[in-house]
Amino acid sequence: MKRYDAIRAVVRALDGNELLISSNGMISRELFTARDAPQNFYMIGSMGLASSIGLGLAISLPKAQIIVIEGDGNVLMNMGSIATIGHFAPGNLVQVVLDNECHDSTGGQPTVSSTMRLEEVARASGYRLAARVTTEAEVENVVRQSLREGPAFILVKVEKGSVKGIARVSHSPEQIKSRFQQAARTLPV
Amino acid sequence: MVSARQFCDVLKKHGFNFCTGVPCTILKDIIICLSSDTDLPYMPATREDEAMGIATGACLAGKQPVVMMQNSGLGSSINPLASLDILYRIPMLLLVSWRGYQGKDAPEHLIIGEAMLKLLDAIGVPYQIISEDNPEAAISASVRAMRERGTPAAAILRSGIVQ
Repeated sequence: MKRYDAIRAVVRALDGNELLISSNGMISRELFTARDAPQNFYMIGSMGLASSIGLGLAISLPKAQIIVIEGDGNVLMNMGSIATIGHFAPGNLVQVVLDNECHDSTGGQPTVSSTMRLEEVARASGYRLAARVTTEAEVENVVRQSLREGPAFILVKVEKGSVKGIARVSHSPEQIKSRFQQAARTLPV
Repeated sequence: MVSARQFCDVLKKHGFNFCTGVPCTILKDIIICLSSDTDLPYMPATREDEAMGIATGACLAGKQPVVMMQNSGLGSSINPLASLDILYRIPMLLLVSWRGYQGKDAPEHLIIGEAMLKLLDAIGVPYQIISEDNPEAAISASVRAMRERGTPAAAILRSGIVQ
């Protein structure tokens, strides 16, 4: 499965009212290309912190559904976040990890995710659901099943490399923030 | 000297309603106070940069967060400051303890103790130094800076002022 197709499968499982945090690099660009929306917070810097931002949102907005989309490099950089999320265990947080076993956005340098089971770390830390999936249909199904049943950690094995024609996020960081905050304020209760 | 309870009340009076961070001995009594406070509960993070990420999410959700840390944690907070909170204009208060103040402390605190204010200046984070006679004024000024700039502002706390 290509990473872009995995992102599209995540988006298909949602109804459009969820708040999404996407990690830096190609993942944010691919989410922007797949479905740009005010509900997307494209985290263009601060590598590793997407799941922490998701946790702060999930705790503060218990009625909202939060989806984090990040890569294996991001998770490995902030493993403590898995411990904190497992402890506070917000039911409204789904963490989707697109695992291509490398830092694809900087030239494909290997990470260490090929020799470990990140989803087992999440399970042992207290996540209610931890899964490893390899097909688009599974991504769609498990994301749907995880909504309101979190915290969920969904590890998606994806190929290295990017598809052609992926745009850059055209909004400024301040625009991303303002429209996201506005979307968070006006969520249906 | 003010009591930790009084100091926490000052934070709440200034609108703070979300708190996370990593402890320091200097912040110990404040954290004990907030651990049983339903208006401003303290949520422990594993690292200071993680705490800033959590606080960022809270701010995006409409909260006014405070992040507590020892100045040793300022090192790991530089990237989230530069590439997240200053960049996107996410306001929050950083309550940073000042270990290594005037070179009198354990060796691991001396270099960061000396560099801390220069680091904050270099990256563009406004700060107030809390002293015995101005805890409330320092927090007020920090909140003003935070709101005017829309970015994080720091309040620096030395040992022996809040207990």
